[in-house]
Amino acid sequence: MAERTHETIESGAPDPMPYMHPVMKKNYGKWTFHSHPKPGVLYHRAENGDQIWTVKAGTQRQMDHYTVRKLADLADQFADGFVRFTARSNIEYMVTDEKKVEPLIKALSDNGFPVGGTANSVSMIAHTQGWLHCDIPGTDASGVVKALMDELYHDFVNCEMPNRVKLSTSCCEINCGGQADIAIIVQHTKPPKINHDLVANVCERPSVVARCPVAAIRPALVNGKPSLEVDEKKCICCGACFPPCPPMQINDPEHSKIAIWVGGKNSNARSRPTFHKLVASGLPNNAPRWPEVGEVVKKILATYKADGRPWERMNDWIDRIGWPAFFEKTGLPFTKYHIDNWRGSRASLNASAHIRF
Amino acid sequence: MAKKMIDTPNLDELEKGPWPSFVTGLKRLAKDNDMMVDLMGQLETSYKTRFGYWKGGTVGVVGYGGGVIPRFTELKDENHKPIFPEAAEFHTLRIQPPAGMHYSSDLLRQMCDAWLETGGSGLIAFHGQSGDIMFQGIKTDDVQRSFDKFNEMGFDLGGAGPALRTSMSCVGAARCEMSCFDEARALRTVINNNLDDMHRPSLPYKFKFKFSGCPNDCMNAIQRSDMATIGTWRDSIRADEKLARDWMAAHSMEDLINMVVNHCPTKAIQLTKNDGKAAGEGITKVAVSDANCIEIDNHNCVRCMHCLNVMPGALLPGKDKGVTILVGGKGVLKIGASMGTVVIPFMKLESDEDFEKLNDLARNILDFFAENALEHERTGEMIERIGLVNFLEGLDIEIDPSMIIHPRTNPYVRTDGWDEEAEKWFERKQAAA
Repeated sequence: MAERTHETIESGAPDPMPYMHPVMKKNYGKWTFHSHPKPGVLYHRAENGDQIWTVKAGTQRQMDHYTVRKLADLADQFADGFVRFTARSNIEYMVTDEKKVEPLIKALSDNGFPVGGTANSVSMIAHTQGWLHCDIPGTDASGVVKALMDELYHDFVNCEMPNRVKLSTSCCEINCGGQADIAIIVQHTKPPKINHDLVANVCERPSVVARCPVAAIRPALVNGKPSLEVDEKKCICCGACFPPCPPMQINDPEHSKIAIWVGGKNSNARSRPTFHKLVASGLPNNAPRWPEVGEVVKKILATYKADGRPWERMNDWIDRIGWPAFFEKTGLPFTKYHIDNWRGSRASLNASAHIRF
Repeated sequence: MAKKMIDTPNLDELEKGPWPSFVTGLKRLAKDNDMMVDLMGQLETSYKTRFGYWKGGTVGVVGYGGGVIPRFTELKDENHKPIFPEAAEFHTLRIQPPAGMHYSSDLLRQMCDAWLETGGSGLIAFHGQSGDIMFQGIKTDDVQRSFDKFNEMGFDLGGAGPALRTSMSCVGAARCEMSCFDEARALRTVINNNLDDMHRPSLPYKFKFKFSGCPNDCMNAIQRSDMATIGTWRDSIRADEKLARDWMAAHSMEDLINMVVNHCPTKAIQLTKNDGKAAGEGITKVAVSDANCIEIDNHNCVRCMHCLNVMPGALLPGKDKGVTILVGGKGVLKIGASMGTVVIPFMKLESDEDFEKLNDLARNILDFFAENALEHERTGEMIERIGLVNFLEGLDIEIDPSMIIHPRTNPYVRTDGWDEEAEKWFERKQAAA
């Protein structure tokens, strides 16, 4: 380890005020109105009449420093030298002069940053690290997102959906990408392949045993070496054993599939927050552009767009029409795997005579 | 001179199409950066084989036990030598951003400079899923000086491992009329008073705080954090008649019915005649035209935000603002995804004492978690195991019917303390009156 050049100050989360647009700082806690003049643009007004326009643009999230510097230069040229990022890696520029909005949009567009992602558009996909940097990834993250956002570009720069649509991708079932209206998540379909030569040296066996949600892992002596074995009839192929025990390889180029989940909603608006539900699986991990995933996502979005009413999020729309109609309208197959058998699953069964015909 | 670029036919496919391409960025870096040439070689290999090739390890800075994500390549030749040696170590520094993710252009450039000057690859993600700025790609030998440089600039490492994690707060008070508290102050109060648990991981598992200024919960606090602080209010929704009339003029009666009234989850909104009479107690009444008003029964409003979202400015949060606290949100591992549930239906968050109370609550919950959770068990799982009442009693928090959707539906409980508990309820009610 190299020498320390500076006495560490455990400073924690920095104060945002030195980096905040002065009009936002001046009116902190005093905003009273917003509107949405056009896709990618928000207008906010404070109680003293101060106004600010926000222009939102998509980024690739994983940015080279040249891109970051370009974004900073655009802030200096068009937006008073300040920006902020959203949780979905969009960048926001704030201007106090309405006349600066269009030149800023043009500059962002000319430099390849799509302006959009506001209100009832499809926003940028929250995502994870994937093959670029994760130690357990079943697929890539930035690549899946790039390929999908190319497909969904029109719906990022336009606002044609019934309500906002938030997407996420996750490169394993741990789902670091989080809940979303549409979530794209790796789904393993085969138990881990165990390298028994390595387990004893690499893995803390009791904690691996404890990690399994279905108690399918037990200590075993294999070829005279202490190892672990998996009851493959019990195994649900979740991959939870792989992070604490890398010799239990869960990823498989063919059998690690991609699943699509819909109807997650973080907001409390209308219904309580909801988790996304499994609707499709078995899609191939088809790098570099995952066309099969794009097809299913686009199919679901097109159905929602055509059938959803204003302000219905994905889950509101499905609540109104019912799950049989969802599968009917999207053309997705309904299988026995959609019927939950995990703990608490009875709450998801229809204990009524409420049937739509 | 830079290493020769490796052919990347798979990654090249990701330079096509209109969305900004991270691959184009990787190539720009690789022009004069051997680490990035080899990083692209490893990534292209993953695209071919559909396997990842990173393993973790132990890399850190003096005095800290977390905040650096170590990555060592596992792609080795028959002699156990890395196939892509320049990227054989490719660690990430997790750096906490300013609360609310505000940046000046100068700060962005200074961060780029600091990253490059100290051996960083030039690759930066704004931001990771817990809200860190992720400076990706640095060798073990450069980690300390890189951190030192960022720390001199006023920045600190975030969390990793079984520790308090970096937090996120929404744009909130900085630019949103829905904001019900000072989100950045709350985040910095809670996080910066508990940094020991971030920098020296010794909790049973990770612990996340998130802060959303209103129940729209733009930070996914209920789903994604162990302790969610959500802005709310307990008096009546404020109304602005001019903006309400403007909204109606730009819409229609059908829109008002279908988009506002019908979507109210508790049927708390009614369309009424504009009779000029004063609103009743707990009712927000606002004229939308000469003919009609909408009336909101605030005692039956659950603060879902829908009508405020549809009619911005015309309807606003009340003035008696505060927060609702939910505990136990988490992702899939191990019992399945679970949301946070209410432990504090309402508390004020305005005065210094209020923030001190929030800080105490956060510390108490962290302490209870540290003492009572099993290894690798999240707060929500611990509460599921011991029951909410045990958790509340451990923290000396009084029960409240707002904590449940409905009372229990089974008789499997010993109730021989009933009279005593009923008495407590009446005492509490009397004390509150």
